This record gives sequence, structure tokens and C-alpha cells, in this order.
Amino acid sequence: MLGSPLNNTRGARVKTRNHMRLLFDSRSENESFARVAVSAFMSQLSPTIEEMSDVKTAVSEAVTNAIVHGYRDTFGEVEIESSLTHDGYVVIEVSDAGCGIEDIERAMTPFFTSQPDMERAGMGFAVMKTFMDDLRVESRLGEGTRVTMRKLISNAAGKQ
Amino acid sequence: MLKHARQGNTVTVKLDGELDQNSAARVRRELDDLISDARIKHLVLDMQDLTFMDSSGIGVVIGRYRALATRGGGVAVRGESSHVRRIMKLSGLYSILEEAR
Repeated sequence: MLGSPLNNTRGARVKTRNHMRLLFDSRSENESFARVAVSAFMSQLSPTIEEMSDVKTAVSEAVTNAIVHGYRDTFGEVEIESSLTHDGYVVIEVSDAGCGIEDIERAMTPFFTSQPDMERAGMGFAVMKTFMDDLRVESRLGEGTRVTMRKLISNAAGKQ
Repeated sequence: MLKHARQGNTVTVKLDGELDQNSAARVRRELDDLISDARIKHLVLDMQDLTFMDSSGIGVVIGRYRALATRGGGVAVRGESSHVRRIMKLSGLYSILEEAR
């Protein structure tokens, strides 16, 4: 995977009010597990039903991408790391150690799909972008992809 | 099997549970089965009991639309939650959907 997740959060953990990390097999069955796990974790911030749906959908898209595109015909592990910040954000990183994305800009273009015959809509990144406040995608060919997204949870905003 | 009803050249199917990449293959297969009779022109997807959908659902709808459009028909959607509506709007799906009811 891209960099060490440990290094990635060691500093951040001090600044966050809570943090978790999940590692699971790149099986489609785990998409719903990932959604439920993240929504249970973020429920500490008392999100609205709509905020919860937004995050669940974004997580679903990112995990699906990791399984379907990152690992394509191979198999590996998907990692989700999530933090709840003191200023009310849920931060979610979804990483895989798969094939990586050759052209991130193209991959993020709505309706672009590398697998049109599979009836994929090519809307994964567009959904993540719309439903979350920030979206960052880092990828290296042959090494993997990491999607970092963030959303402000209104009920937790500004509370220290 | 998904709950469904046929009336003339229209099949109404009730989607339930979660529609994601994992369940999309099964839903796609069942829907294709239900519209396999070439006399069927219209598919109505009742989404009232759908508890979750991500962009995998868009692919499912577009795929069925393509099949039915060649027969001069199409797909309609009803009962969708505001969340599903946002996903479908984002992808411009409403421009190809038929009027339900």
C-alpha cells in the first residue's frame, strides 16, 4: 500500500478524538460490512440520516473501486482508516495495494469507466466528490491507491 | 426472486435491501429474466423498500433501459428515497427514465 498507514496517523491520532483501522479481504461481500462499520464508528458524531447515507455511499464507492479496479483479477486486502476530529469531521481513507490508477484525472471524469462491458456507470468518484466535502486520490502504478475523504458532521461541528 | 407483477407489456419489480456492486449481478440477472419475453416493453422499478443504493444501481438501470429501448420501451422508477434520487440525478438518469404510474 502507499506509505505506511502507521506513519500516516501517528501524528494525527493525537489531534483526533477517535480513530479506527479496518483491514479486510477484497471480496464484494465486504462492501456492506465496510459501510456498516464506518457508519457505526461515525455515529459518535451524531450525524443526520442524510449525512450517514452520504458517507455510507462514498465508502461503498471507494471500497468497490478498490475491489473491482484496484485488485481487478487479483486478490488482496482493503484498508479503511477513519478519524473523528475535534472540529467535527469524519475523515476516511480507503487504501488498496492493487494495480494503481494510470490517469487519475481521467478516472475521476464522470461516466468514464475502464470496464464498460460490466455495466459500470463510471460514477464512483463523482458520487464521492458530491457526497463528501473533500476528496483526494493518490495512486502509483503497481503499488496501489489511496482515497482520502472528509465530511463535516453538522451536529459535531465546532464542538471541542 | 424479486417480487414482481406483469400487466400487459409492463413488468413492475419491487427492489429491496441493498443494491451495491455485490448484489448488482444477482439483481441484473433476475431483472433480465423478468423482461426476457420480447413482448415486454416497460419495466417499472419500485424502490420503496430499497434501503441502500450506490452507483452500481445506475449501471443496473441503464443496462435494462438499453435492452428495452430497442423494443421501443424503457424503464421507470418509483418510490425512490431522496438519497437514491440524488445519485440518479447526478448521473442524469432521469433524462432517460419513463414516467412511472
